[in-house]
Amino acid sequence: MSMRMPKQTGEWVNRTKAIKFTFEGEEYSAFEGDTISSALWAAGQQVLGRSFKYHRPRGVLSFANHDVNVMLTDGQDTNMRGDVVEVQDGMQLQVVNTDGGVKKDRNSYIDSISPILPVGFYYKAFHTPRRLFPFWENIIRKAAGLGITNFNYPRILKRKRNDYCDVLVIGAGPSGLTAALVAAQAGLEVIVVDENRRAGGSLTYDRAGTEEARTQLEELLVKVANDGNISLRTGAYAAGYYADHLIPIVEAGGITKIRARSVIVASGAFEQPPVFRYNDLPGVMLGSAAQRMIYRYGVKPFNNGLVFTANDYGYRVALDLLDAGVKLVAVVDLRAEGKGAPLAAELAHRGVKIYAGYCVYEALATPKKFGVRGAVICSYDEKENVALTDNAITIECDGIAMCAGWAPAAALLYQAGTGMRYESAVQQFVPEKLPVGMFAAGKVNGIFDFEQRMFDGARAGADAIKYLGLEAPQVSVTQHSGVSPSHAYPVVPHPKGKNFVDFDEDIQVKDFVNAAQEGFDNIELMKRFTTVGMGPSQGKHSNMNAIRILARIRGLPVEKIGTTTSRPFFHPTPIGHLGGRGFHPHRFTALHGWHEDAGAVFVDVGAWTRAAYYSKPGLSKQDAVQEEAMAVRRNAGIIDSSSFGKIEVHGADAALFLERFFAGGFVSQQVGESRYALMIDDTGVLVDDGIASRLAPDLFYLSVGTSNAAAIYREMQRSQQQWQLDIALVNVTGAYGTINVAGPAAREIVSGLTSLDLSESAFPLGSIREAEVAGVPARVLRVGFVSEQTYEIHIPAASSQHVWNALLTAGKPHQLRPYGTEAQRLLRLEMGNHMPGVDTDGLTNPYEVGAEWAIKMDKPFFTGQRSLVIVAKRPLKKRLVAFMLGEGFKGEMPQECNLVIDSGEIGGRVTSISYSKSIGRVIGLAYVNPLKKSPGSEFQIRTDNGSLVSAVVTKTPFFKTQKGG
Amino acid sequence: MKLLTCPVNGTRPLSEFIFGGEWRDAPDQNTCTDAQWAAYVHNRHGAPGDKKEWWYHSPSGTWFIAERNTLTDKVARTYLCGKQSVVQEESK
Repeated sequence: MSMRMPKQTGEWVNRTKAIKFTFEGEEYSAFEGDTISSALWAAGQQVLGRSFKYHRPRGVLSFANHDVNVMLTDGQDTNMRGDVVEVQDGMQLQVVNTDGGVKKDRNSYIDSISPILPVGFYYKAFHTPRRLFPFWENIIRKAAGLGITNFNYPRILKRKRNDYCDVLVIGAGPSGLTAALVAAQAGLEVIVVDENRRAGGSLTYDRAGTEEARTQLEELLVKVANDGNISLRTGAYAAGYYADHLIPIVEAGGITKIRARSVIVASGAFEQPPVFRYNDLPGVMLGSAAQRMIYRYGVKPFNNGLVFTANDYGYRVALDLLDAGVKLVAVVDLRAEGKGAPLAAELAHRGVKIYAGYCVYEALATPKKFGVRGAVICSYDEKENVALTDNAITIECDGIAMCAGWAPAAALLYQAGTGMRYESAVQQFVPEKLPVGMFAAGKVNGIFDFEQRMFDGARAGADAIKYLGLEAPQVSVTQHSGVSPSHAYPVVPHPKGKNFVDFDEDIQVKDFVNAAQEGFDNIELMKRFTTVGMGPSQGKHSNMNAIRILARIRGLPVEKIGTTTSRPFFHPTPIGHLGGRGFHPHRFTALHGWHEDAGAVFVDVGAWTRAAYYSKPGLSKQDAVQEEAMAVRRNAGIIDSSSFGKIEVHGADAALFLERFFAGGFVSQQVGESRYALMIDDTGVLVDDGIASRLAPDLFYLSVGTSNAAAIYREMQRSQQQWQLDIALVNVTGAYGTINVAGPAAREIVSGLTSLDLSESAFPLGSIREAEVAGVPARVLRVGFVSEQTYEIHIPAASSQHVWNALLTAGKPHQLRPYGTEAQRLLRLEMGNHMPGVDTDGLTNPYEVGAEWAIKMDKPFFTGQRSLVIVAKRPLKKRLVAFMLGEGFKGEMPQECNLVIDSGEIGGRVTSISYSKSIGRVIGLAYVNPLKKSPGSEFQIRTDNGSLVSAVVTKTPFFKTQKGG
Repeated sequence: MKLLTCPVNGTRPLSEFIFGGEWRDAPDQNTCTDAQWAAYVHNRHGAPGDKKEWWYHSPSGTWFIAERNTLTDKVARTYLCGKQSVVQEESK
C-alpha cells in the first residue's frame, strides 16, 4: 500500500526522477532525494531494522540522523543510516544485525527470553567457571556489534581542508540564519554549517498546518543567498570543539578544519520520546519525525494515527497530520491542563478527540510486532506518576506520533567548557557561562517561541560583532514563559516493561532501577552499567530521559544529577575521514638517489633517511654488513654522513659559549684543532656528544650525531638567550654534505684529490683543515669514530655528488666500497666507542661511561657542573665496559638489554652487542658492577631463553690498526 | 588546536611550538647547598596554576616565556626571556 502523498511544496524529493533499488532482495522504487527509510515507508514497508539487543522489529524513530536501528549495508558501507542516507539508483541494501533477514530474523527469540537477560547480566554471569569463558566470549562477540566489516574495502582518500572565518554559525535554523545575517551585515565573514541536506531547521517541517513557516524560510534563504559575506554549507556537521575555536566540519567528501574568531551555536534540540510500553513498534515515531516524513519526503506516516503528547508541540504535529490526510483517532495529553493548549480548540473544532490527563499505557502490536494495531490509554496521575488503568480503553490505530519535549544539541557547548544550568521554565539544561567568544542561540539556549528564536539569533549575532570589536545594536530577547516545551517526567510505568528509554541499546525503565539498586546511581556509572547513551546515537534521544529517571529514583532534582561528559566526535565519523596522509618530513641527503641505485636498504634516523646497508644478491643482511665492515678494515670504505648535525658558532665569545655549553675546555683550543665535546644536562646526565673544531679564533664548527642534532641546536639557542654572549649560531646541517672515507687506504685515496698534506705529522687525528677536495672547497676532519684512519670531508651539499664520484673513482684501485649505518655501528663498536642514546640512557652520568677525561671541572661554569660536583662525590653504581664472548661462541646469542648477572644479582645490562668478523668474536658493551671493570674480569649475561653466557671484560679498541698499516 | 603567540612571529598554531619545561629561578650554584641544588634540578611543583614556561617556536628558532595557567590552559602573556618588565611596562 503506497503511503506516498501528493507533491508537497518545499519537499526534498524530485518526483521527475524515479529510481530503483533493492531492499533485502526485493525491488523498490523511489524518487531522487528520498532517503532509504522514506522510500521504504512510502512503499508501505515499515519493518526497516532490528534492535541491537532483543532483535525487535523497528521502523522510523526520529528521521533526524539517530534512527540507529535502521542501519543498512550496500556490501561496502556497513553502517548506512536509513533515515538520512539518500537512496541511489541500483543500490542493493541489506539490514545489518539480523540472522536471516529483517522479517525472519532468527535472533528474534531473544526478545522473548529478555526477562532472564537483565542489564549487566553478562558482566556477572560468565566469570565462573573460568574455563568456559572463551565459549561464552565467542557467542557474546557474535551477538555484539552491528554489521560485518568488509575487509575488501576500497581505499578512498578523503581530503582535509582548512578554513577561516570571523563567525562560525552551527545550525541553519531560524536563529542560526538570523545570527548569520546580522553578523554578515556588520561586514564579518560568516560560515553557516548544518547537518541536514538543506537549510532551515525546524522551518522545513514544523508547520502546524499553515504555510507561514515555509514562506519565512524562503525569505530567510533569499537574504542569505544574496549576502556575499555568508557561506552556507549544508550536509556538513560540526563534529567537535577544539581549543581556540577550531572546529572540524565533516562532509561526505572529507573534513574541513575551521578556525573561527567566534562561534555561534544554534544547533537546536533533539526531540525526546515519551516512555511507555511498546513505544518502539514500527509506526510509533517522534512527532517531528512524522512532520519530516510529510514535508520533506511527501510520505504519510500512517492512516489512522494517534498523537501522544506531553507538551504543546503535539498539537502542532496533530495539525500537520490532519493536513497530510491522516485520520486522527485521538490526541492523548499526559497533562491534565493540556486542554488549554493554544491549538487544542482548533483541533477540537476539526473533530479530534482530546484526552487530557491521559497516558498511552501501552501500544498494541500486530502479529510479529511488525506494526501498531492500537493503543491502550488511561487516566494518568501526573503528580504520583501512576497510570490509572481502571478506566483503560483501547483505541484502534496504525501509528502513534509522540511528543514529550526536547534535549539541547549542546555537545559542542559542553566540549568547549560551557557551564550549564537546569532551567525549570523549559525543563532543559541551558548555557549559563559560555567560553569567551562563544555564543548560543535558539532552542539550545532555551528559547522556543518562533519569533523570540529569531531575536535570539540576532542577539547572538550582535554579541559576536561586539566581541570582535565592532559596534552592534542592542537586541532584547524575552525568556520563555508559560507552559514548558518539555515535560518534566514523560515516563509511564508498566509492570511488564518494554517501555524503552534508549532505542539503540534496548534499555527499559526497569534497567535503571536495577542499576541503581546495584549501586550504580551516579549518572556516569549508570551510563556504563546500563550502556544508556553508548550506542551509535550517543544518547541523543535517551540521555535526557535517563537523567530524569535517575533523578526520580534518587529523589533529587535533575540539576543535581548532571549530565555525562560530551566528547568529540559529536557523530560517528568514518575512519576514512580521520585517516590521512602523514605530514612528517623526511630529509634525504644529496646522495639519496645514488644510494637507491646502489641497492641501499634505508633506515630512518631522526628526520633523516640513511642507507643502513647495501643489499647484494645472494648475501644476507648480516653478511652484507660484515662485508662492508671488513672492507673498511682491509682497504677502505666510504659513507654518506650528510645527516650529521652541523652548527657554526661565530663571534668573539664563541669559545666561551662552548665552555659553558659543553663539559670540556675550548678556550685553549688551537685553530685547526678538533676536540670532543660532551653535553651534560642540568641534572648531570650525559645527553649527547660531538666534535668541536676551531676554524678561526671566532669560529667553531660543531658536528653532532644525526638524531639529536635538532635538539642540541635548540638547547644552544635557549642557553644563548639566557647568557646573551657575543655569538651567533648558524645551523648549517643541510648546507653541507659530509662524506667519510675510512680504512687503511683512505689516506691514499683522498690524497690524490687534494693538495692538502695528509701526513700524520701535518694532519694528525683530532684536527681540521680547510682545503679543496676534487676542486671543491672543503673542511676535512680527522676523526677516529670507526677507524683511526678516517677523513671526514664536509663540502657544500650541492657538490656532494661530484666529490662522492671523484672519491669512488680514486678509490677504485683500492677496492673502496660504500658502507651504511649498520656497518658503521659495528665498526665503532670494534673501536670501543660508545654512542649516547644507545649505550647511555636518561639517567647515565658521564663517570659511568668513563668520560672523566672530557670534563673540565675547574671552569667557572658549565651546564651540569653543579650536579656533577654532587654526583662525583658518590660511589659509582655501574660502569660501561667492553666485553667479548668466548672464542667460537655457539649458544643463544645475547641481545641488547639482556641483563648482566653477577653472583645471582642483576649487575647491569648489555647496551651493544654484535659479532665482528674482523675480530672473529662476539663483542659488546655492557654496564657491570664497577668492581668488575678491569680487563679480564668475568661476568654473565642472561639471554632471552634464560641461559647464562659468560663474558670477559676487554680492553678497547678491540681493533687496533697498526700505524701506517 | 590551540594557538600560541610567539613574541617575534605572532599567533601561530601549537604544532609549530615545542614545550621547553617550566621556567624557574636557579639558585646560585656557588653558594647553594647540594640539597638546594638537587631540589632545583629534580623537584617540580605539580599543582596546577599560573606557571612560567619555556616555549620554542620551531620554524623560527625563537625561545620565549609564556605565562600560562595550567588549570585553565589560558596564556596570560608571552615575552622573550629577560623582557618581562618591558611587556609589563607596555601593557600599562
